Amino acid sequence: MSQTPETYSAAAEVAAVRKRRGRFERSWIALKKAPISAWFGLIVVSAYVFVALFAPLLAPYGEAEIFPTPFGPWDETHRFGTDQIGRDIFTRLIYGARNTMGIALMTTLLSFIIGGGLGLVAAINRSWLDQILSRSVDVLMAIPSLIFALMLLSIFGSTVTSLIVIIAVLDSTRVFRLTRAVAINVVVMDYVEAARLRGEKIGWIMRREILPNIMPPLIAEFGLRFSFVFLTIAALSFLGVGIQPPTADWGSMVRENASLIQFAQYDIKAGLTPLLPAAAIALLTVAVNFVVDWFLHTSSGLRDEH
Amino acid sequence: MVARQGLRRKRNILHPVLATILKRLGLGVATLFVVSAIIFSSISLLPGDFGEAVLGQAATEETVAAFRRELGLDKPAPVRYLDWVASVLKGDFGTSFSGRAASGVDRSRSVAELIGPRLKNTLFLAGVTAVIAVPLALFLGLTAALYRNSFYDRSVNAMTLTTISMPEFFVAYILILLLASLWPVFPSLANVDASTELAERLRRIALPALTLTLVIVAHMMRMTRAAIINLLASPYIEMARLKGATRSEVILKHALPNAWAPIATVIAFNLAYLVVGVVVVEVVFVYPGIGQLMVDSVTARDTPVVQACALIFAGTYIVLNLIADIIGIVTNPRLLHPR
Amino acid sequence: MSIEHNDVLLEMRNIHIEGFSDEQWHPIIKGVDLTLKRGQVLGLIGESGAGKSTLGLAAMGFARPGCRITQGSIHFAGVNLATLSEAEKRPYWGNRIAYVAQSAAAAFNPAHRLIDQTCESAIRANIQSATESRQDAVALYESLQLPDAGNIGERYPHQVSGGQLQRVMTAMAMSPRPDLIIFDEPTTALDVTTQVEVLSAMRKIVEHYGAAAIYITHDLAVVAQMADDIKVLRYGEEVEEAETRTMLESPKEEYTRSLWSVRALEKSEEKGEDIVLSMQGIDAAYGSAKVLHNVSINLPRGKTVAVVGESGSGKSTAARVITGLLPPSAGSVQFNGTALPAALRERTPEQLQRIQMIYQMADTAMNPRQTVGEIIGRPLEFYLNLSGQQREKRVIELLEMIELDESFIDRLPSELSGGQKQRVCIARALAAEPDIIICDEVTSALDQIVQEGILQLLLRLQNEFGISYLFITHDIATVKAISDEIVVMFQGEVVEQGLKSEILTPPHPEYTELLLSSVPEMDPDWLTTLLKERV
Repeated sequence: MSQTPETYSAAAEVAAVRKRRGRFERSWIALKKAPISAWFGLIVVSAYVFVALFAPLLAPYGEAEIFPTPFGPWDETHRFGTDQIGRDIFTRLIYGARNTMGIALMTTLLSFIIGGGLGLVAAINRSWLDQILSRSVDVLMAIPSLIFALMLLSIFGSTVTSLIVIIAVLDSTRVFRLTRAVAINVVVMDYVEAARLRGEKIGWIMRREILPNIMPPLIAEFGLRFSFVFLTIAALSFLGVGIQPPTADWGSMVRENASLIQFAQYDIKAGLTPLLPAAAIALLTVAVNFVVDWFLHTSSGLRDEH
Repeated sequence: MVARQGLRRKRNILHPVLATILKRLGLGVATLFVVSAIIFSSISLLPGDFGEAVLGQAATEETVAAFRRELGLDKPAPVRYLDWVASVLKGDFGTSFSGRAASGVDRSRSVAELIGPRLKNTLFLAGVTAVIAVPLALFLGLTAALYRNSFYDRSVNAMTLTTISMPEFFVAYILILLLASLWPVFPSLANVDASTELAERLRRIALPALTLTLVIVAHMMRMTRAAIINLLASPYIEMARLKGATRSEVILKHALPNAWAPIATVIAFNLAYLVVGVVVVEVVFVYPGIGQLMVDSVTARDTPVVQACALIFAGTYIVLNLIADIIGIVTNPRLLHPR
Repeated sequence: MSIEHNDVLLEMRNIHIEGFSDEQWHPIIKGVDLTLKRGQVLGLIGESGAGKSTLGLAAMGFARPGCRITQGSIHFAGVNLATLSEAEKRPYWGNRIAYVAQSAAAAFNPAHRLIDQTCESAIRANIQSATESRQDAVALYESLQLPDAGNIGERYPHQVSGGQLQRVMTAMAMSPRPDLIIFDEPTTALDVTTQVEVLSAMRKIVEHYGAAAIYITHDLAVVAQMADDIKVLRYGEEVEEAETRTMLESPKEEYTRSLWSVRALEKSEEKGEDIVLSMQGIDAAYGSAKVLHNVSINLPRGKTVAVVGESGSGKSTAARVITGLLPPSAGSVQFNGTALPAALRERTPEQLQRIQMIYQMADTAMNPRQTVGEIIGRPLEFYLNLSGQQREKRVIELLEMIELDESFIDRLPSELSGGQKQRVCIARALAAEPDIIICDEVTSALDQIVQEGILQLLLRLQNEFGISYLFITHDIATVKAISDEIVVMFQGEVVEQGLKSEILTPPHPEYTELLLSSVPEMDPDWLTTLLKERV
């Protein structure tokens, strides 16, 4: 009991944190406290990004370069053998990182621009516009997105553009719901009301009062949506209706080399070949999930239990 | 008492449970209607030269025109939509595009005929999976929630997080590699037909069912765990403990009556997820189900078949969610015992 | 309270409890002793974070998830609960020690009938058969003055009101005739008029069955009605313990006196002639639900009008009408004699600038991602076009006015204490240089000593700048401390408006009488006297 009412002063009241640290310092402290899974995730994601950025420098051969032996074994010249028409698997794995991740990233960005923007507008507007948007999203979400994507791809054909647009639009429904839900929680806060009472313009309120407060859950959602989009595109490519040859892509690579698995008894390496791209997909999504889990834990505790 | 009068007054009109269910049913029907309209209108988006694409370059103008007439493309869209709905309700999904030739010879089969046996196969696979996966996932989720933060909980959690992150086909191929190729216990291809015996049929679908089970259990277990933990954090659960209720009494008497709605939602969500997961798994194991048919038809741009499949998948999805919501409504004490 | 209590029922020695947060264990209770005799009622009092609920639950040998009892003994009827496993403690819980929770609405299981929940413990402990137990429950409902006692048990929790639920919970605790009942802030969530009924019912039944009780609350006047002795806690340590009368008349510790510091404040009223704001014949509704009926309130310049009423009286809605957030369906709001546009977006920045608002929860009234400098600086920039150095200089002046120094300028709201947050909100309102500040329950979320500081600050600012306050509150002590005039509201209507002395001295309209007489006083005999008068 250091203070008695006689010496009471407002400035001396005990507050939560006294020391403020810079953004960088705080991130570093958070990183040092991060669990091993988060470190694993961060390292894997960085490695993937590195490979994707420098694919042409890292790959021993060209993306679509064809060698004489199809289904060649693992050896000095072809580390992971060759595929059904004689392309170097290792090279295609490296280019696959670039193509698969690039397309997934573009799709996720587009889906956030559409879903995030509309979600924010719906949360602020809360009138007929919100009603229309929310009901349309309900209907769109009543169709499983893979099925919807399959249907739309059968109509528009499997080009990279239609792939990106279709998946982004379908996925933006989930972004819309989350953004709207999170933003509504912020919109009802007294500080937003205070800004309205001050006479602030809607754009200022969105930018300065709402957006900074919904960023952490949206960033986490970006990670989750990215891995979901990534898995969807991989699944579509695996089904043969996604990214089309000769573009190297992990989903199609699994399908193209799937038959090799039958030879696992005779040559375990051959049996493993189709699993390499699949493992590359799995490893990235696991890594992203680990990072997102940790981020959610440190930033807000939101959706702690999922 | 005001509450009693209210009770009496409302009984004369409609019980709130019934009213809410009817409202929800109406919404379900409306959604189905809009979804069918979306699926239908997709055919109108077909590029103009579609007739040629299906019939081939050599098709004459007359055969193309006849084909378009058969699709009803000469009639206005709303009329075509109503025709289509009417025939779908009778079980007629139209005729497949495949098997047509430029000469006008038509060996195409009706969509219903194509889908029928495959739908049975898919339902069989999904049913077997659900029978294994649902109880298993509920058990794992419940125990993980009860022994929260224990070693058991942590290991189950880490395992499921990993499984969730893997594409279905990765899980499938690992199982093939292990259980079909290296140690040939089960066949790697699930090729069944109408004549396959039940025991043999089960043996052949072992791997696809196992793949789906692994994926579904992972999702479902995590959601069950979260739902139960959320429930156990309620003040009335703490109150029950402070009233001296044993562990099993807390779970069975105090938590369970309030758990039906969240559990039903979890089950419905995952069965709906199963519907989608089935597509990839059927392709991996070359299982003659509706998922594989849909993928093949997408590649062949056989729109009537794609539409029918999409409608079936979406319908299942909507109905499952509807059932979950109705269970939630029926077990809600606030609606059951109105003021 | 005539029961002689000699033998010790509960003896807690050197209790240490820790709670887990931010990845580490923090002490919550730091070595508290507690002794309770049979039939004795002990009041446990302290401000938020004092650890009183944690200590109360520890009397059952129970620690909430995320808490642990690290040290100490808990001897209940000779058995040390601290050494028992949960299975071994269970026969005591709900049987010999019962618990009454703060929020009855949340603590009842929504899926079961009230009577089944009431009888659950007694039946489990084989004290009574199911039929006996149900009959006994009805008898308990009756003695707790529950309406329709014979049938109320057949209802579900959501079908009865909060005050009734709280009494059913007392019946539930009493059903197995426990030796000890722990009341954890049982009336905090209730309105004052309901609180009186619940308090008297609880006291009667506890006395009747001679149970010992620990009564946890932050309100000294309430605990004075219930307890034989009072123990004051602060930061997980005991401040002092004494017999109730002694504690109220001559507390040893200065801290104890600060627990009723707001009651010591009293502003001398002044009549104001010049009306700066007036609501005239306002009707307002949310959708089809009408909340205000023909409300007229006048606010004199430089004076404070306190609007008092219980939840649902429409006092906060009145504020929403004045600010333009809820345009009224009839009537008008006049500012300096001219009518303000009804809707917010039709008002000019000058009009908006003149009326500022301070909220109950300072936490949610400040953007957690803006610094104090940005929060106070924005109105300066927005209304007064100040920027750069000028703005910073003015922010520092405002900080000085609210008794904070310039080092606060870079802090985020999460780095401020509750009182400091409310001060920053005051500075933000002040920055606009308003004529009127609407204060919506601005002190009710704060501890007493902090409340006193805020009220004095508001009074000083009124003296210096002649600001008028419309002060919305449910707390009569606050009203006495700050107001010149009082408006009493009930169910969306103004019961009366007048000078403080006129309203507070009899004769009163019926509702004002009920409201004023229901506010607990710092007198152990208050409840007894009141109940006699009301009969």
